[in-house]
Amino acid sequence: MSRPGTIGWFAVHEARLAWRDWLSLFIGRRRRRAVGLALGVVIVALLLHGLAYLMLASSANLAGDADKRVLLVVTGALLMSWSMMISQALESATRAFYARGDLDLILTSPVSAGRLFAVRVAAMVMPIMLMTVLLAAPFIHVLAWYGGARWLGAYAVALALAMDAVAVAMLLTVAMFRAIGPARTRSIAQIVAAVIGAAFAIGMQFAAIVSYGGLSRMTFARLPMFVELAPDRGSVIWWPARALLGEPTALAVLMGLSIAAFAATIYFFAPRFGQLALAAGTASHRTMPRRRRRTGFHDWSPAQALRRKEWMLLVRDPWLMSQTLMQLLYLLPAAFLLWRNFYTGAGTSALLVPILVVAGGQLAGGLAWLAVSGEDAPELIATAPVPASRVLRAKAEAVLGAIAVVFSPLIVMLALAAPFAGLVALVGIFIAAGSATAIQFWFRTQAKRTLFRRRQTSSRVANIAEALSSIGWAGTSALAATGTWLAIIPGILVLMIVAGVWLISPVRNPAAT
Amino acid sequence: MPLIRSPIDLRTCRKKTHSSTRPRAPPELSFGVAHSGVQDAFARSAPPIPHFVQPSVNPAHSPVALEIRGLTKRFERPAVDGLNLSVQAGEFYTLLGPNGAGKTTTLRMVTGLLRPDHGSITVFGVDALDDPVGAKRIMAWVSDEPMLYEKLTPLEYLDFVAGLWGIDSHLASVRARDLLSWLDLAPHADERCERLSKGMRQKVALAGALVHEPRLIILDEPFTGLDAGSARLVKEVLKERVRAGCSVIMTTHILDVAERVADRIGVMANGALIAEGTLAELHRQAGSGHTSLEDTFLMLVARNGLAE
Repeated sequence: MSRPGTIGWFAVHEARLAWRDWLSLFIGRRRRRAVGLALGVVIVALLLHGLAYLMLASSANLAGDADKRVLLVVTGALLMSWSMMISQALESATRAFYARGDLDLILTSPVSAGRLFAVRVAAMVMPIMLMTVLLAAPFIHVLAWYGGARWLGAYAVALALAMDAVAVAMLLTVAMFRAIGPARTRSIAQIVAAVIGAAFAIGMQFAAIVSYGGLSRMTFARLPMFVELAPDRGSVIWWPARALLGEPTALAVLMGLSIAAFAATIYFFAPRFGQLALAAGTASHRTMPRRRRRTGFHDWSPAQALRRKEWMLLVRDPWLMSQTLMQLLYLLPAAFLLWRNFYTGAGTSALLVPILVVAGGQLAGGLAWLAVSGEDAPELIATAPVPASRVLRAKAEAVLGAIAVVFSPLIVMLALAAPFAGLVALVGIFIAAGSATAIQFWFRTQAKRTLFRRRQTSSRVANIAEALSSIGWAGTSALAATGTWLAIIPGILVLMIVAGVWLISPVRNPAAT
Repeated sequence: MPLIRSPIDLRTCRKKTHSSTRPRAPPELSFGVAHSGVQDAFARSAPPIPHFVQPSVNPAHSPVALEIRGLTKRFERPAVDGLNLSVQAGEFYTLLGPNGAGKTTTLRMVTGLLRPDHGSITVFGVDALDDPVGAKRIMAWVSDEPMLYEKLTPLEYLDFVAGLWGIDSHLASVRARDLLSWLDLAPHADERCERLSKGMRQKVALAGALVHEPRLIILDEPFTGLDAGSARLVKEVLKERVRAGCSVIMTTHILDVAERVADRIGVMANGALIAEGTLAELHRQAGSGHTSLEDTFLMLVARNGLAE
């Protein structure tokens, strides 16, 4: 055991906390879940390896003489992954400064806070790398099996990119601290994280729309313009891609630079951790200049009061807004495609119906969770003289009202370009949003709004059912938009799924909760 | 000096006290329940209470504010075990007991937050189990952990609570501003709750409980986190409500508070009421030689073999 207060001692402490956090997240108090979880992981891993085998077995030798087009695709994929890594790292960096869980204890103890910070920054790298590698691992393994061990270098590339992402995120966070102050950094950093996570993927979709009129992200690699503009194979720009494709020199350079950047981050920022954390803590307690806008009282009915409260809380929380509206960022390319089709007269508008329906369902699920499970004053609502059914109805209205506000412009645009598709989208979004809302209501729990990101883990049944329902209604709408009666079949299937979910829900079986 | 002021009196008084350099005395409540012999200017000027907030049984006709009979709730073990309890209208009742005695569980059942396994609960003649909405109209609940909306200001929070209880907006506005002023929260009325200290948040929650003029106020450890000044203010506000005819039932571990404010005190242990009465009656039940509530409480609990 390391001496108390040393980096090793902090590392053991952090590892123990992370392990217990992970256990409670996935297994909770039920140890039997662990067996199920392990079995599930093995089955999913085998399936993914099978899928990777089918896709890649024949192309395992493509690396040796990869041309510019391959390098362009690989670099694009790496940039997309890296933008998501930076997004995750920004979130983790913000948490490191603002989570007050044990910071007060550490900062008031005689040990060096810099050591803890060094451990926490190092600890950020692992989950960020694992998130990326988790889905890529089966493909790496298949490639390594057929194409040689050099493919295992992909793990090292993921580690290097994760270290770079953490270094960039720390730099950005500290720069924001300096530029806009600790009070604003918290919410702005989270919004920046959301935007960075989506920006690159969305940018590639925009490029695809402009060039090919489609939404595929990798279409850009087919563009002659990009291929011509891309530098020669020997350029340093391709080194990460070449490292991924198994070139030892490129891999060594990438790792060396990443380790240097990461070490420099810890060296320069670790000693300042205490000051920054204290500044963040002070910011959260500081009284902001008061708004002089006076509140007028209104003759609200209970339902009106509840709806208004839900909307106000959502609009006033930049972090929740960014998390909730994250999905809508992915709708921007679709809206752009609609706008473009409207002017060019292209007939691909109906393709957008399922995208809108899925987005409507997912957004409604998130909002419904916030309204019901993320209620901050459940006892106030429960002790108010309003029947529970009326409360739920008002909350459902708040959710569907927000969905209407967000999707109305898109539906109007779609209806102008293709009226029937617009009508189908309208009905589809309403049904998908209604189903997702109902599922969240049936599986409601009590949680803090700040746990919004973890809502998926509170009930896996609800989470899977919500996704199945949204995808199912999207499929139904896609078929309906083409005018075929076959749309009835997936529609009935989704109805059966939703009905089945209701039958097993805690609302119907309170004893099961 | 009359106990109940008209709003004009109160405003005048507030202006005077604000301009004065003398320490401010706790202000008096003016709104709400008509005091015996005193016509409340608010009650006269305010529009009639909408049907929505009218209790199904007229509280004025019932001398008993809270009647609990045979109340039972089991979790892994009995939390409340056949409890019988009565609180009279206009009474300040304090419920004491060691941790796990069943105090909070009892109050949560009364407020409709928990469904009892057996027993009956009547609030001013309204059966709280058969007509929970009717009972909730005349009750308010304040827990030890103030549950507010971080992103709302105290005034917006009170506007929301008034909406839930269907209170006329003009009436609610006047009450809200007066309550915030009485609770020393007026300077923070337009600040979001996330910026308030725990004590201030507790006072906002109390204001929320009072803005709809409940006849029965139920509080679970309301003095947790309050500084001495705020605690005194809250005590004064509650005592004023009792003088105005409301009933208060409160749990606390601060025996000094119970000793000072309670008309009657109930001592619970293991889900049952082991002693009840005025302070003097409790001293008698505990036996001679016990002059403080602390000694009496510890003796009563120990005698029942229920000490923690």
